[in-house]
Amino acid sequence: MSGSTQAHIGLHLDSPDQSPPEDAELGIYGFWIFLMSDAVLFALLFAIYGTQLAATAGAPGPAAEFKLGPAFTETVILLTSSLTYGLSGIALKYDRTRTTLVLWLGVTLLLGLAFLGFELHDFATMFGDGATPDRSGFLSAFFALVPTHGLHVAAGCIWIVVMLIQIGVHGTDARVKLDLLRLGLFWHFLDIIWIAIFSIVYLQGTLG
Amino acid sequence: MTDAALRYALLGRLDAHALPFVRAWENPNLSEIIGAAAGAMVVIGAVVLVALLTWMRWWRPLFLDWLTSLDHKKIGIMYIVIAGVMLSRALIEAVLMRTQQSLAVNAPGIVAPEHFAQLFSTHGTIMIFFMAMPFLTGLINYVVPLQIGARDVAFPLLNSISLMLTAGGAGLVMISLAIGEFSTGGWSGYPPYTERAFQPGVGPDYWIWAITLSSLGTTLSGLNFAATIYKKRCPGMHLTRMPLFCWTALCTSILMIFAMPPLTLATALLALDRYLGFHFFTNDLGGNMMNYVNLFWLFGHPEVYILILPAFGVFSEVISAFSSKELYGYKSLIIATMAIAVLSFTVWLHHFFTMGQSANVNAFFGVATMTIAVPTGVKVYDWIWTMFRGELRFTPPMLFSVAFIMTFVLGGITGVMLAIPPIDFVVHNSVFLVAHFHNVLIPGLLYGMIAGYQYWFPKAFGFRLSEGWGKVSFGCWVVGFYLAFMPLYVLGLGGMARRTQSILDPDFQPWLTVAVIGAFILLAGLVTLFVQLVVSVRDREQNRVPVGDPWDGRGLEWSIPAPPPEYNFATIPTVHRLDAFYWFKADGRAYKPAATYTDIVVPKNSWVGPIVGGGGAVCAFGLVWHIGWMSLSGFALAWLAVIARSFVRDTHRMIPAAEVKAREESWLALAARTRPVPRQLEESSANLGLAEPYPAEVAA
Repeated sequence: MSGSTQAHIGLHLDSPDQSPPEDAELGIYGFWIFLMSDAVLFALLFAIYGTQLAATAGAPGPAAEFKLGPAFTETVILLTSSLTYGLSGIALKYDRTRTTLVLWLGVTLLLGLAFLGFELHDFATMFGDGATPDRSGFLSAFFALVPTHGLHVAAGCIWIVVMLIQIGVHGTDARVKLDLLRLGLFWHFLDIIWIAIFSIVYLQGTLG
Repeated sequence: MTDAALRYALLGRLDAHALPFVRAWENPNLSEIIGAAAGAMVVIGAVVLVALLTWMRWWRPLFLDWLTSLDHKKIGIMYIVIAGVMLSRALIEAVLMRTQQSLAVNAPGIVAPEHFAQLFSTHGTIMIFFMAMPFLTGLINYVVPLQIGARDVAFPLLNSISLMLTAGGAGLVMISLAIGEFSTGGWSGYPPYTERAFQPGVGPDYWIWAITLSSLGTTLSGLNFAATIYKKRCPGMHLTRMPLFCWTALCTSILMIFAMPPLTLATALLALDRYLGFHFFTNDLGGNMMNYVNLFWLFGHPEVYILILPAFGVFSEVISAFSSKELYGYKSLIIATMAIAVLSFTVWLHHFFTMGQSANVNAFFGVATMTIAVPTGVKVYDWIWTMFRGELRFTPPMLFSVAFIMTFVLGGITGVMLAIPPIDFVVHNSVFLVAHFHNVLIPGLLYGMIAGYQYWFPKAFGFRLSEGWGKVSFGCWVVGFYLAFMPLYVLGLGGMARRTQSILDPDFQPWLTVAVIGAFILLAGLVTLFVQLVVSVRDREQNRVPVGDPWDGRGLEWSIPAPPPEYNFATIPTVHRLDAFYWFKADGRAYKPAATYTDIVVPKNSWVGPIVGGGGAVCAFGLVWHIGWMSLSGFALAWLAVIARSFVRDTHRMIPAAEVKAREESWLALAARTRPVPRQLEESSANLGLAEPYPAEVAA
């Protein structure tokens, strides 16, 4: 649009011959719209989960299957990973050596993988108890909602790996910075979704 | 590994009986032979296409100039080509269904019940997802960047990916004719009937994955258009100075962003039920099919407005241009468009008044539904007032627009009738409903798309379409519509259920006979559209409009040559009010060289779009037939292409200022030596695309 000269916060486009700030702004804006669409998807998964809460059909229900301990651990891990991702953003902005940036991205990746490990362990436990998605409408809804978030985290982890390789190949050029910014939005978005999952699925299921 | 296990690992469920030819050979009745003939048409069509491309040596240009192109104009044209192909198939299916019903009064007719059910399922699925959606997406793609003074959409590569995903879905539906079968569950695919327990075959799977590819493509298109319209407007192009088509495109994009996820989710959950034994919509173990119905219509009702709003935009442009007047009530049209977009999310429940919710809930949604008639009525009056005391020229696009107003109001009235729950209880699931939604969608979508195609065709290709054939086609589309669908209102009130293969009441016969005649006239409407295209291409030298403004247009899209250069605008214009180009012409600022020209950066072609679309289609085909290796490799191919692309930095090329200047100056010289054409002669070969300003006193 006309006269938009504001550079996006967090983006230091070093040289004027790189893509102009409007392009970066547009790229971020488009990603926000994508996240909005993704949020609609999760909202509907939550709605389905709500309608299917009582449909346990004799299979194990929330009280029997949900453990607050592991879920809390997963929450702490994921929230910490958001903090470390934020630190990588600061490193991107102020650090000229790239080492800190790569380090924090690496820590975020490990935390993401740890989260997935804990989550898979939870699922394995549930499967061991016979709480499989083909047993009831409730378990179907659970195994649609929570693993969809998990798949997003897995995609985020792959994305971090891709970005680490890109930093190796291209350094931190404008495109890498833009992608890191978008990845950050994605990663924090997944945190917000997880908070909702923790509250609506695990807290409600164990305390409610 | 046993032979059977090996076979399953390699080919999944695929076997010889997937081929309609084998089925027709083993069981040669008329219905199977019709099915085999349809499959043969797909195969022969593909073979002929490959032979033609090879013979004409068109493979290179096909890939290098078109399929890999990121130019929004070429992508728009390709979308419309998909729409044309799919429209042809779905209209033939409609004629076949009408023929069947007219012959099936206490008789077997020509197609078996199973086959008939596939016909109405593919007809609806194609018309909505692979005719209407590509058509409007194509028009928006072509026109919106030109109207807002932009050089491309916000994300050109994403645009190509959207196109190719849609093409992949359309390809899947076509393949289902030649390999396997399609769903018999209708275009809405309601479970539990579409669950594994009732349809274990591949039919619903083809439906699920074709829809999924298309809905992913559409979500990305919506995102792209919204970002384009919000962020890529030229200087001075405030939101309230945009042509109305851009406003309708914006509202449609917003609806796409919010309304496609429910569809993606509905089909994904149905797939989980079918593939992994989940219980979302099954009859047993806590499944609840009402969740599906809600999800589907949470998408489905906004979808109606995704379809209709762009057509409203086309009509607004066409009526204003061919009435030689500014659009009456521009701001009220914007407000009405936004109101419709918002209200479209509050009415989804009227698609299932009979599902068993309380009367109060039904009443709320009934009233909300009727409310939509108010902004729509505002629009109708605005169009009429635009024509009032205008100098009307009844070109084909204008004829379609006028026919739309008349016909659409009728359809709207039957819609208000259906919005009253007690009436809906009586006529739901009858052909009254079929008559109603065809009565809104044919004028409210198809007429609009055809009008837009005829209106902007000279801009896209540099020559006019034959107006004579356009008028013949118009006659067929209008007469055919009334003959085909008015009888269905009568039949519906008389109690004829929709989607029936055989008819037991002989009193229905005369009405069904009229309807089948109407269906054939509609088919003639399509054939004459193709004749118009062929004749116009043949006579293109006499009908060229190189200066680019054949209709005395008002928006920026008419201010550039026809066909436009790759970069659209040699210099980005600055606008000061609505109808920018009209006022450029009036103020004498049109067709003037710029002070300076600069280098223009355009995106390079990319193979990522075709690879993602192709990978998506391969993955979907593998999923349909349970061929694991195939779906995994398609999926991996698509994502690897996207990841690999993120490493590419050399994505743009530069068109030097000198080249831009040379092209622009030769076009300006052409404009300077061209005789302006008065509008009385605009349908003759005197029209070279330079309109005589009118009214002369206003221009002065």
